[in-house]
Amino acid sequence: MATAYDNALKQGDAQQDSSVPVVAVGNLHKTFGIHTVLNGISLSVGRGETVAVLGRSGTGKSVLLRLIVGLERPDTGSVCIRGMDLAGLAIDQMGEIRKKMGFLFQSAALYDSLTVGGNVAFPLEHHRRKMTRTERDDRVRELLAEVGMEGNLDKMPSDISGGMQKRVGLARALALDPEILLLDEPTAGLDPISSGEIDELILKLQRERQMASIVVTHDLHSARTIANRLAILDRGKVVIEGSYEDLRKSEIGFVKEFLKQS
Amino acid sequence: MSDNDFTGFAGISSPLTDRQPGPVSSIASSAVGVFTGFLDWFGNLGLFSWQVLKAAVTPPYEWSELIRQLDEVGSKSLPLVAMAGGAIGVVISLEARYSLTRFGAKSMFPATLVYSVIQVMGPVITGLVVSGRVGAGMGAELASMKVTEQIDAIEASAVNPYRLLAAPRILACILMLPLLTVATDGCALMTGWFAQAMVEPLSFSQFISSGFKGATFNGFLPQTFKTAVYGLIIGLIACFQGMRTRGGAAGVGRAATNSVVLASLFLILADVVLVKFILVFFN
Repeated sequence: MATAYDNALKQGDAQQDSSVPVVAVGNLHKTFGIHTVLNGISLSVGRGETVAVLGRSGTGKSVLLRLIVGLERPDTGSVCIRGMDLAGLAIDQMGEIRKKMGFLFQSAALYDSLTVGGNVAFPLEHHRRKMTRTERDDRVRELLAEVGMEGNLDKMPSDISGGMQKRVGLARALALDPEILLLDEPTAGLDPISSGEIDELILKLQRERQMASIVVTHDLHSARTIANRLAILDRGKVVIEGSYEDLRKSEIGFVKEFLKQS
Repeated sequence: MSDNDFTGFAGISSPLTDRQPGPVSSIASSAVGVFTGFLDWFGNLGLFSWQVLKAAVTPPYEWSELIRQLDEVGSKSLPLVAMAGGAIGVVISLEARYSLTRFGAKSMFPATLVYSVIQVMGPVITGLVVSGRVGAGMGAELASMKVTEQIDAIEASAVNPYRLLAAPRILACILMLPLLTVATDGCALMTGWFAQAMVEPLSFSQFISSGFKGATFNGFLPQTFKTAVYGLIIGLIACFQGMRTRGGAAGVGRAATNSVVLASLFLILADVVLVKFILVFFN
């Protein structure tokens, strides 16, 4: 049975394949209590494109990702996936959309009662119910090999390092072959070598899978390495969006200061 | 009366006191805060219950998680409720024998013990023990998952956390409480008889036949099955408190404590209603 997402996908393809952004957020506002976090942010990402969202702590970068994946609801504005607005979708319809998204949390958010293998198998167990156990195990090994974690299948999340947890989180995010990859601070808290490895991994995945990716990061070096476009947030708005060269040429005081300090 | 009205009335006009609310308005605003917090809590509990109900009755069903929770709530609580039941049996036996002897009604001992255990103490003790063990455990486990974003990760993986986490836990509590109550009752009767038999010879068959003389299913079954409602209360409050936690390790601690305190409180309050309900409809 075709899902709402599949229909939107067909509609999008029928219109103009490349002109319909995979992810488009428009004039998004989000307030927590009296604190305005997002104040009219707009951003779009196409297939095979990676956009890095930079900015100071507390400027709503992670909230933006949570709104896209539907973990928070916007006060006003829209989040569209393949032209389909997420507002007002039923839980089941939202579930269909989420199956097309992979989300790496800042803390990796691995299930601490499951092994590394169990974490990666989790989405498959729930959404690929026709898969045999052998097929699922093979797929888990394949995914772990893809992120360089093949020898850690039976370890618990508490027994591996932060960088390894991020890799496992990435493998879990990729389990359902997503079209959209959302990465929240993929290199935060990692040493430069591990950060570089994660960047290389993301680049490799982008080359192979052509996903639409949004990467939230503080790390300008990492953003330059993995992203086609960079967007800088300040006070809940995108103050500039473009290539690193565009940012460097900017005369906006905040952008100059941000690049100087990074 | 606003803060400004109050300070104006008191004739105080210094900038410092203008910024501080008076005692009456402080008490009033605190009372309003408590009342709105109370309504907010119940409103959110209602919404949570509706989400869990919807998730529980629609496929896919999480059978393996349900079985795991049945083991967690049932098998692992069994030693605890058995010990609590055993202790209660001895206490009731000692107290009942003393009181009945004073009033010359020693022959009523078996029936007194059976009725006290099955109709009053067994269900409540089981509920409170399970509330302490399971309520705290569930509250803390789910709160820990919440603050470490594991519940968000489940949701982001397109899995309904109400279906995967809350529904099996609540259902396990509902199904297991009556069975655990039977275990508590059985242990209490055994130890109660044993404590009596140590003082005066009384065979177990005599004790049972005398204790259950004239007993009907209507007298005992509703008292045992009312603990399914206790199970609902324990599971629902523990899952609700756990899944709405905020604030790191302190939040986890608060969720565990609140789960036990609120579940125990509501369990006792529910008992008042249930006892009246059973008296009206089953006697």
